[in-house]
Amino acid sequence: MKTNDVIIQFTAKIVFFMIFFYAVHIFFAGHYTPGGGFVGGLVTASAIVLLIVAFDLKTVQTILPINYIYMVACGLILALGTAAFSMFTGKPFFTHFFDYFNLPILGKTSLHTAALFDLGVYLVVVGVTMTIIQTIGEDE
Amino acid sequence: MTILANILVIFFIVAGLVFLAVAAIGVLRLPDLYTRAHAASKSSTLGVMCILLGVFFHFWLNENHFNPTILLGVLFLFITGPVGAHIMSRSSYIAGVKPWSGTVRDDLKLEIERMKKEQNIK
Repeated sequence: MKTNDVIIQFTAKIVFFMIFFYAVHIFFAGHYTPGGGFVGGLVTASAIVLLIVAFDLKTVQTILPINYIYMVACGLILALGTAAFSMFTGKPFFTHFFDYFNLPILGKTSLHTAALFDLGVYLVVVGVTMTIIQTIGEDE
Repeated sequence: MTILANILVIFFIVAGLVFLAVAAIGVLRLPDLYTRAHAASKSSTLGVMCILLGVFFHFWLNENHFNPTILLGVLFLFITGPVGAHIMSRSSYIAGVKPWSGTVRDDLKLEIERMKKEQNIK
């Protein structure tokens, strides 16, 4: 029986942004406080799963036209590239660099190449979780 | 100042605990699914929100650490707790869970029969 599901769809539209921006916060806070790429990726994937529950698998694929397998590949390339970059400068594998920069709005900020590695982990976790859920959900 | 802050914190946490205990007793004592959902969703949402506010005021006033994540958690619970109870009650009504025998009014039954007639089911 087809019923109206206005309430869950409207709530999902609002709550999706709350969960997604909280995931971004967890991702960027990972260096100094608990959090990081893995948890941020899982929270982002759960936000997308909330949209899938409230709407439809096809609808969400048209809203977010992402091929999650390519996302996994991009994350792996990013993580490996960050780790291998130090080999070209004569340092051992996985040597990270950081420095302090004066950014226009943020002021004095320390930028670290470990954040790029974490971004790779984030992309891999989101991609793997969404690939699993889409593959199970598409079976009819 | 510390005494006032502590009174505020203790008030919020004790109020939250009382609401959570009332929710647990309601789930045990009430007769059917819908009254239990009423007790569990409303009272426990308010209880957890009160406890989170108490924790927020403790860290803000006593430890000088303003943590907006807790306020975001309060807002999130306020939005999602009742919606979850609504979805569970509605799906269990459509799945055929009967209300308590003393129920005198059932508006959703008429509406569902009308929708079934419009969509030619059964």
